[in-house]
Amino acid sequence: MSEIWNWQTAADVFWKLTKVVPVTLEATFLGFALAAVLGLVWALMRRSRFRPVSLLAYWMIEFVRSTPLLVQLLFLYLALPRFPVFVIGVTGLGLHYSAYLAEVYRGGIEAVPQGQWEAARALNFSPFKTWTRIILPQAVRPIIPVMGNYLIVLFKETPLLFTINVVEMMSVAKKFGSHTFQYTEAYTIVGVLFFLMSYPSSLLVRWAERRMALKQ
Amino acid sequence: MTSLETLISLLPTLMKGLVVTLEVFLLGSVVAAVLAFIAGLMRLSKFRIVRFLAAFYVEFFRGTSLLIQLFWIFYVLPFFGLDLSALTAGVLALGLNYGAYGSEVVRSAILSVPRGQTEAAIALNMSPVLRFRRIILPQAWPLMIPPFGNLLIELLKGTSLVSLITLSDLTFQAMSLRTTVSKLEIPIFALLLIIYFVIAYAVTLLMRALEKKATVGRA
Repeated sequence: MSEIWNWQTAADVFWKLTKVVPVTLEATFLGFALAAVLGLVWALMRRSRFRPVSLLAYWMIEFVRSTPLLVQLLFLYLALPRFPVFVIGVTGLGLHYSAYLAEVYRGGIEAVPQGQWEAARALNFSPFKTWTRIILPQAVRPIIPVMGNYLIVLFKETPLLFTINVVEMMSVAKKFGSHTFQYTEAYTIVGVLFFLMSYPSSLLVRWAERRMALKQ
Repeated sequence: MTSLETLISLLPTLMKGLVVTLEVFLLGSVVAAVLAFIAGLMRLSKFRIVRFLAAFYVEFFRGTSLLIQLFWIFYVLPFFGLDLSALTAGVLALGLNYGAYGSEVVRSAILSVPRGQTEAAIALNMSPVLRFRRIILPQAWPLMIPPFGNLLIELLKGTSLVSLITLSDLTFQAMSLRTTVSKLEIPIFALLLIIYFVIAYAVTLLMRALEKKATVGRA
């Protein structure tokens, strides 16, 4: 332990970390899928003309958005002791980001011109058909890059799952560090891996954003 | 003792944590705000190298997780001879991370001030500093407040991570209480969520008041 950086150790930890990359990615995508669905539910509830429903959604969104994900995860972990930690992790991530996506959806829905609603009504579309055929297809398209950004943000929050004992990249790095006392390699490589995955994705999202802007 | 009484008896411990949380939050916000302005202005510099340095800082800190940055600063920097206290490491990580996000706010707010304003100020022979202070900033500032408010909430939430580097903030206190009074762990964490929510709400109200003040006399 005389040198600061050992390439052999770095390679070892890199190899160990790549094995749990699928866990991180699974948590990311499952969490995001849950957030996308739940977010739409909040967004639709928020538009309800029945006050208690829209108020409930409003406070739900506010509450989830203004409290730390770490505490939410620990709360779910304690409140649902029978559930596998991975499920709790995905639920926590999904719930947290559903509050953000609800606001994104809301923006998208409000951006659909009033005339589209009127036209759908004039053509005697049912409310269900109006939503699925007219409003949502137009509302979702422009918000795709924004959703992409949140996917990346969610990905970067997955290291928090180590606090509820999910075996993902951060927990592997931490364990490696405490066994070998080579924290430098462990935490550096985990950071590099996250950057290598998130930065190209964010460039992709920016490219999509620019393309969308050009089309409008 | 009933469980409610027990819960009340735990409040002083949580309040000690609250003080630490607020301390980290305030210091982190100051560091983040300073860095946001420095990096945001650097990205608008005439010089390529200055723009590049700022862009590198922003992309680097936005590209990796706050948790990893925090761990790196606290656990890895000592190997390079830089031994920071948990408080310094926490404030530094939060400041660097949210400063990177904040710089984008500063940059886009300044860019949205019409070009003619700069030209008019140059025509009036204002120095660059005066031009920024009297013409650009007063117009960009109201645009910065709402996104800054959102970032402050994110920073507040981020402070909970310092509990993982041995700093005894709110989350840390709740975690340690959890082991001493394990029967009440769920109410303790529910209370913890409520406390964070109340602080966040206070920050939101404060930012709204600030926005009102900044837009006084404007359409």
